[in-house]
Amino acid sequence: MTEAGELGWWGVLFAIFAGAIRVSTPYLLVSLGETITEKSGRTNLGLEGTLVLGAMCAFATSVITGSPWLGVLAAGVAGASLGLLHALICNLPRVNDIAVGIALFLLGVGLAFYFGKPFIEPRATMLTGISLGFWSDHPAIRSGLEVNPLFFLGLLLAIFLQWSLINTKWGLYLRMAGESEDAARAVGRSVQSVRTYATVFGGFISGLGGASLSLFYPGNWNEGLSSGQGLMAIALVIFARWNPVRCFYASLLFGGASAIGPALQSVGINQGYYLINAAPYVFTLGLLIYSSSASYRLAGAPSELSLSR
Amino acid sequence: MTVLPPPTIELRNISKQFGTVRALDAVSARFQSGRVHALLGENGAGKSTLVKCLLGYYRADAGETIVDGRRVAISHPAEAHALGLGMVYQHFTLVPQMTVAENFVLGRGKIPLVVKWKDEQDQLRSFMAGMPFRLDPQRKVSTLAAGEKQKLEILKQLYLGRRFLVLDEPTSVLTPAEADEVLGEMRNLANASKLTVVLITHKFREVEQFAQDVTVLRGGKLAGSVDQKDASKETLATMMFGGGTAEKSRVAKPAAVADGVPYLKIHELIADGDRGTPVLNGVSIDVRPGEIVGVAGVSGNGQKELVEVLAGQRATTSGSILVDRQAFSGTRSEIKRAGVALISEEPLANSAVRTLSVMENLALRQFDEKPLSLAKFFLNRSRLAPFARDLIQRYKVRASSPFVRLDTLSGGNVQRVVLARELSRDVKLLIVQNPCFGLDASAATNIRQQIVDARDRGAAVLLVSEDLDEILEISDRILVLSEGTVSFETSRANAEVYEIGRHMAGAHAA
Repeated sequence: MTEAGELGWWGVLFAIFAGAIRVSTPYLLVSLGETITEKSGRTNLGLEGTLVLGAMCAFATSVITGSPWLGVLAAGVAGASLGLLHALICNLPRVNDIAVGIALFLLGVGLAFYFGKPFIEPRATMLTGISLGFWSDHPAIRSGLEVNPLFFLGLLLAIFLQWSLINTKWGLYLRMAGESEDAARAVGRSVQSVRTYATVFGGFISGLGGASLSLFYPGNWNEGLSSGQGLMAIALVIFARWNPVRCFYASLLFGGASAIGPALQSVGINQGYYLINAAPYVFTLGLLIYSSSASYRLAGAPSELSLSR
Repeated sequence: MTVLPPPTIELRNISKQFGTVRALDAVSARFQSGRVHALLGENGAGKSTLVKCLLGYYRADAGETIVDGRRVAISHPAEAHALGLGMVYQHFTLVPQMTVAENFVLGRGKIPLVVKWKDEQDQLRSFMAGMPFRLDPQRKVSTLAAGEKQKLEILKQLYLGRRFLVLDEPTSVLTPAEADEVLGEMRNLANASKLTVVLITHKFREVEQFAQDVTVLRGGKLAGSVDQKDASKETLATMMFGGGTAEKSRVAKPAAVADGVPYLKIHELIADGDRGTPVLNGVSIDVRPGEIVGVAGVSGNGQKELVEVLAGQRATTSGSILVDRQAFSGTRSEIKRAGVALISEEPLANSAVRTLSVMENLALRQFDEKPLSLAKFFLNRSRLAPFARDLIQRYKVRASSPFVRLDTLSGGNVQRVVLARELSRDVKLLIVQNPCFGLDASAATNIRQQIVDARDRGAAVLLVSEDLDEILEISDRILVLSEGTVSFETSRANAEVYEIGRHMAGAHAA
């Protein structure tokens, strides 16, 4: 964290900005995954587990094969598998998606810790960043603008998903399943299969978020890697009103909040470091209180979602 | 394009069993090409089951289906759709958060991977140009009035090329004028040999005005099939209710005195709905002791919210509610002091606990008082059962014992349990909402009688109902709630169905 040191207070702002991009990637990918799942009318609360398992799988695959992109794929597959498990259990009659989500959260984290033990020490091949700082000679700016390729993947995905929800067959089916089970049944569509696909797809994207943690920033594997980012991403979906492009902005905001502490530290402000590092959690709590209401439903909430019924 | 006449469909000896209930017992019917065929019967007579068997939602246990002289086996709705058969449901199957155009496209079997919305909308507009009703493809369905939704459902079916259309109680949520418009257009389409229509209904007026053939079902059996012209109201009623006509409710004589101080006084009430927008926009209603004030209106004009406010379940923005000249906000002590009984719609969901026993449900108002409670903490179990048995007997609840779970009872009996609980104490103000929704005629008559009896004992009654016939039958004064305000008031003596309907339609009327 020296990038801001020589730039003074501008450096703090720059560090928060650069940090926002760096930290936001897992938020973005997990919230996109959850948006797709929730749009279908189901909540997958297990994405923290997906994120941690994805991180472990990505790291381990990269260590073993030497290819970080194979690691990214492995993270996606791990996420999709947890998603599939969630979907299949929820397809059984009278199963509560929230409870299953919590169980899978614990399962994902447990599996990751169990299989991840041997990978805490070794080094893995990291993903190569995309340099956006080529215009500057300043090493701090150059390194700060070394951007995670998965960040761009997330950005493109957000735009693509937004467009798809309105303009494609799958987008229409997805929204119908999330808005009205009766309507879906009347046109002869199985809500369950739509929800299964949505949860698997959402799990895949969320798993990629894990890869961005272990293979780019912070770029290692340990048991405290995620520290609740998967859970915060679910809160973020509510703040973004189930809209993929707004998930992108909201992720930057969350990322920025997480970067405040390190940025201040880089200019030598150490008072209340741990307190400031709690900023994203306080921020999440504040947003949820702000966006909640005792008397009316959240605008944009899919009607079939158990939290909006 | 060759124009074939719409299909003629014959059902032969259709039987269907649900568990121990024989829903259909060898029912036959013939729906003639290009005619409007009414399927008449009480709730539970098997009308919906019959058409659902035809359309592949259920599989009949026995019997055969003949479409244009050819025997077919329809085991899935998609197969019915392929034959051009479609159904418009009683409850709308539209996606409210989507646009009209999106709903049209979703109904289609094949959707391209990428939908070209501009082309779709042009195509829809040119389709609607040739149709009796028109709707803006870009409007969100949630902004449509009930009548427009019904039209959209029908347009959707026609757009999909359905030439045999079943309408399941299509007018239950429409004003009389909307109903006439919709059914009139269906009749025109049939007359032009573009459509065969099956109209499921229990309203004689619709049968007389719009149907050409009538099939009557009673208790899952065919009660008769006649040409509408040859059938008088009396013959149809005899077929529908069996030997004697239905126990006609002893229509209440109008209340003797209904002046004096209002017991319930609602003044300029304003309240928000679930979406945070105002739904009640200044409602004022007075109800005096010994009168039934009926609040009519099309569903979604603030009825639900009004009752929720009175029940203390919804916050108000401004306005006042006085009961017995004191401010009322629905707390337990106020309810007890002022003798208020409130029965909201769908009792199983809103005013009773389905998983508790009949006995426990009956005790919900009084379990914390003597004699059902000891020291205001323990339940006095030895008093509970006799208390429940007494109410069960007095209100003719059909339950095998007081200890069975409430949700094992039929709809009419659940409603009786709630009525018994609410009326068992000294009631000075009774608030009821859609008390007979989904009940068969004799259960409904019984419930209405209880309401009239409560009035005759001197209670002030506020009846909020979407069933205009019910309002006309037992109210002493009739108000219309439209878009969150009381837009019309009349006494029962001067009540005129079309006048009321016009106000129910409110600003939605074309």
